[in-house]
Amino acid sequence: MAIRVQADDFDIGAELAALTEGDASIGGVTSFIGLVREMGSGPSAMTLEHYPGMTERQLAEIEAEANRRWPLQASLIIHRYGRLEPGDRIVLVATASKHREAAFESCHFLIDWLKTRAPFWKLEETAEGSQWVEAKDSDDAAADKWQQR
Amino acid sequence: MKLLYFAWLRTKIGVSQEDVAPPAEVRDVASLIGWLQTRGPNFADALKNPSVVRVAVNQEYVRPGHPLAAGDEVALFPPVTGG
Repeated sequence: MAIRVQADDFDIGAELAALTEGDASIGGVTSFIGLVREMGSGPSAMTLEHYPGMTERQLAEIEAEANRRWPLQASLIIHRYGRLEPGDRIVLVATASKHREAAFESCHFLIDWLKTRAPFWKLEETAEGSQWVEAKDSDDAAADKWQQR
Repeated sequence: MKLLYFAWLRTKIGVSQEDVAPPAEVRDVASLIGWLQTRGPNFADALKNPSVVRVAVNQEYVRPGHPLAAGDEVALFPPVTGG
């Protein structure tokens, strides 16, 4: 289990190779990479603000919950902060397990929960000036489907 | 008590953090927000709709009825938009 919150970019290949290195019991890895995408009227950069301390704590809790629900051999969450431009990587979530179902499901769970719990906020640069991005109900709905019955 | 503000709550209030000593009747998160609303037009505007304000005490999410203590770190922020 590993959490990193950083301004710098990350190397996807190197991170995924390191995740599984030395553990031949791993049968599959699932990864999700979130990118800054162009919005509406064209390219817009953004600045990601976060709450140092609580961010790491919440990500660790989310990761621990994934490890309680699925048999994982390894997991990794990297989330960037600071100014990012369209095409830049924002987040990497990766999970490794003996079998693919656990890897797929836990990776999906992690990004859905992260989006509604990890204390990050996006400030978008638009032609009209900087605007805070509004939270989406669809993100809450995506996270809700993982509530245990 | 240490207060932290993030995102548009920070920009509307005008500071990112402050140390405060609320009056004795402030015992929980809801009464803290009620008191903060009286501290000036910037606070009144930022906190006019408490239902859109998320609160963490000592870096854990809490509900409006959560009790407060003098040494708490209380953060107020909008719904998160990371990932």
